[in-house]
Parts: sequence; C-alpha cells; structure tokens
Amino acid sequence: MAEVSTGGSVFKASIQMIQDARPGDYILLHAGFAIQKISEEQALETLRIIDEMNDSLNTAR
Amino acid sequence: MKYIDEYRDKALISKLTDLIKDSVRGEYTFMEVCGGHTNAIHRFGIRTLLPESIRLISGPGCPVCVTGRSYIDKAVVISGEEKVIMTTFGDLIRVPGSGSSLEKLRSEGKDIRIVLSSLEALETARRNPDKKVVFLAIGFETTAPGTAVAIKQASEEKIRNFFILNAHKLMPPAMEAVISDGVNIDGFICPGHVAAVTGSGIFSFIPLKYKLGCVVTGFEPADLMQSILMLVRQKNNMIPGLEIQYSRAVSEEGNILAQRIMTEVFEPCASYWRGFGLIKDSGLRLRKEYEEYDADHAFSYSANEDEDDAGCICGEILRGRDIPSSCPLFATECIPENPVGACMVSHEGTCNTWYRYKRNG
Repeated sequence: MAEVSTGGSVFKASIQMIQDARPGDYILLHAGFAIQKISEEQALETLRIIDEMNDSLNTAR
Repeated sequence: MKYIDEYRDKALISKLTDLIKDSVRGEYTFMEVCGGHTNAIHRFGIRTLLPESIRLISGPGCPVCVTGRSYIDKAVVISGEEKVIMTTFGDLIRVPGSGSSLEKLRSEGKDIRIVLSSLEALETARRNPDKKVVFLAIGFETTAPGTAVAIKQASEEKIRNFFILNAHKLMPPAMEAVISDGVNIDGFICPGHVAAVTGSGIFSFIPLKYKLGCVVTGFEPADLMQSILMLVRQKNNMIPGLEIQYSRAVSEEGNILAQRIMTEVFEPCASYWRGFGLIKDSGLRLRKEYEEYDADHAFSYSANEDEDDAGCICGEILRGRDIPSSCPLFATECIPENPVGACMVSHEGTCNTWYRYKRNG
C-alpha cells in the first residue's frame, strides 16, 4: 500500500499492479488501486504536440 | 495540480477551438463511451466550444447505468438476510430495484456499507468472521483487476466469509453492439482509463472492421479537444484509425500486471446490459477455482427478469439513440434525489450529468 494525494486529500492505495512505484510518482488512481503510472515524458510530449499543431496537418484542405 | 492545470490552460484550449473550427468540412458525430468523459464534456463546457456541425453523443460506459435491475434486486435480497454485511461503491446504493433500493434497506437498519475499494470490503470480512461480507463488484476493465486482487488475497488467506456479487463487464463488445445497432457515428472517443489497463489494442478491430475512427482520450479539456480534432481530421482524410491522445497513461500494451491478475481470476462470459440485453463475451465470471467466492453460489434467490423501467428511456440513451431531454420523466419525476432510472443516479450517468449542467438539452 502507498499514500497517494489527490487534490490535497491523502488516501491509502494499493500499488501492487504497478511496477517500480517510487515516492513522488504520478499515478492513475481508480477504486483504491493505482492502475497506471503517468509518464511525465509523455505528458510534456502531448503538450508539445498540441503546441505545434497547425493547419498544415489538415491535409484534406 | 501537475499534469492537470496544463491541460486546462485557456490559451491552449483556445488554440484547439480555432483549429477545430478551421478543420470542419461538414457534419460529424462522435460517441464518448466512458461516463467519465460524459461528465468531463459537460463539466468543462466542451460542447459550447465546438461548431454546431460536431455532435457528441453518449454511449454505454457508465457502469451503474448499464447494470440490470435484477442485479439490484439480488443485492436487496442478500442484504435482507441475517448476518450479512453488504459492501458497495457509493453510487449503486441509490439505484432503484423492482421493489426497493439498498438505500431504503439501509434506512431500515440493514448493514450496508459504502467502501472505496474491494480491499476495504475484504478487510471488513477479516474483521467480521461471524458475518458473510458481500462486495458489489461492478465496473469495466478498470475496476475488475481490483476485484481480482481481493479474490486472490481472500483465497491465499483462506478467508471464507467474503463473496462478490459480480457484474463486471468488458467495453469492446458493447462498442461493437452500439455499431451493430446501427447508430450513425463517425468515430469513438475511446475510454482512457480502460485502455490504461488493457492497452489501446483492444479497440483496433473498430477501424479495421467498421472503418470508424478511434482516439483513446484523457479527461481534461485539452485532452478532449485534441481528440475531437484528431477524429475530425481522420474523417476529413478518410483514414479511420486508432490513435492514442492520452499517451501519458496509455500504451498499446497497457498494464500487463493488471491484465494478468484479471485473467487469472476471471474469464469472459455473456452479460446483460441495460438497453442492449445479453451481449456475448461482454462480461467476466469467476473461474472455477474461485467459484466459492461467487455470491450466486453462496446465496439462493430467484432472479427477476431484466427489463427497463416504465416510461424511462435509459436504454435508448445508453444506445446513443436518444437524449435525456426527450424523456418525459427527465427533471420532473426523475431527479438525482429521486431517480427513476439508473442514468440519473451516477455522476457518470448521462441523465445525471445533463441535470447538473444542461437541463434543457
């Protein structure tokens, strides 16, 4: 079990479905279980992709 | 909060709004199948940002909503027995059965407890060895692994007073049922949390077999707007495919540990969905070696037939064929404080969401 904080509230959550969980990791919490680790790299990558999105990707134009 | 605030950034949403407006080339209808998405779409006012030519409709992705009435009736019968503690997630307690609800039963003094996880239910069983503790196990691929963990622990510790009343369901067969039902959509906003467990691959048959776009989506406004843009572009380019927008939580292969434990404890079976009836291989049942934890084996009752409530159009709404404001009961006889149909109970239910954010359609 691990302590997880969501919006300032702290809960006990099971991390047995997560490999290599470490203090400070961001996780997806569902019904008392961490069901996935959030990839910080991918979180930033998505923002970068949106930032670079433009009409040129809309090839049907 | 980190990785939430960034996806609510006003300038980012504005940019996506403009890109969508510039991209539309006709009419589009997309279905969100996850109740969490239905809630987020209304909560963040996503529809108000979209051109009128983009229509979003809700599908069968709220677990409380799709669970049949006979399930509640069974839970009510079991809760009425001596030396039983019923444990449940909060929403389910208020769903009306044929005669009563768990909430009414609790007000009559029955021991019905709200828990936050299956492990809390198992702990209740440990602490009350003289009682039979039943956990109402509903939900999709997101919740089923948690139930599986509790069953495995109960088995390892030889706990014999813990049971589940099981109605776990699988998302892809229901999405296929929606398509087979003939709903006219251009693509799916696919459930991000389901895919975080299963991997995005479970949706790959949809573009391949049915030529419909699929984007696995997160739950923040920028996630939803980016996904809608991706679906619009897929349709414009006439290349329906499977894309992952929610890549910070979803990969193609998903959470292997969670899948493994779910498969170890459960196997697919036919399951009843409100609005659809029985869908082949859309449910999960306990494997033979864990059958002793099945409330269906441990308790005897005669199950009622599943049928929709009189005058309530929950079933049609779950099939994407109608909207809450078409229902004569919506916001009159059927309100969150006194729900007639299951869609008005859960915060993920389409009627409940409409009532809170968009009463007049």
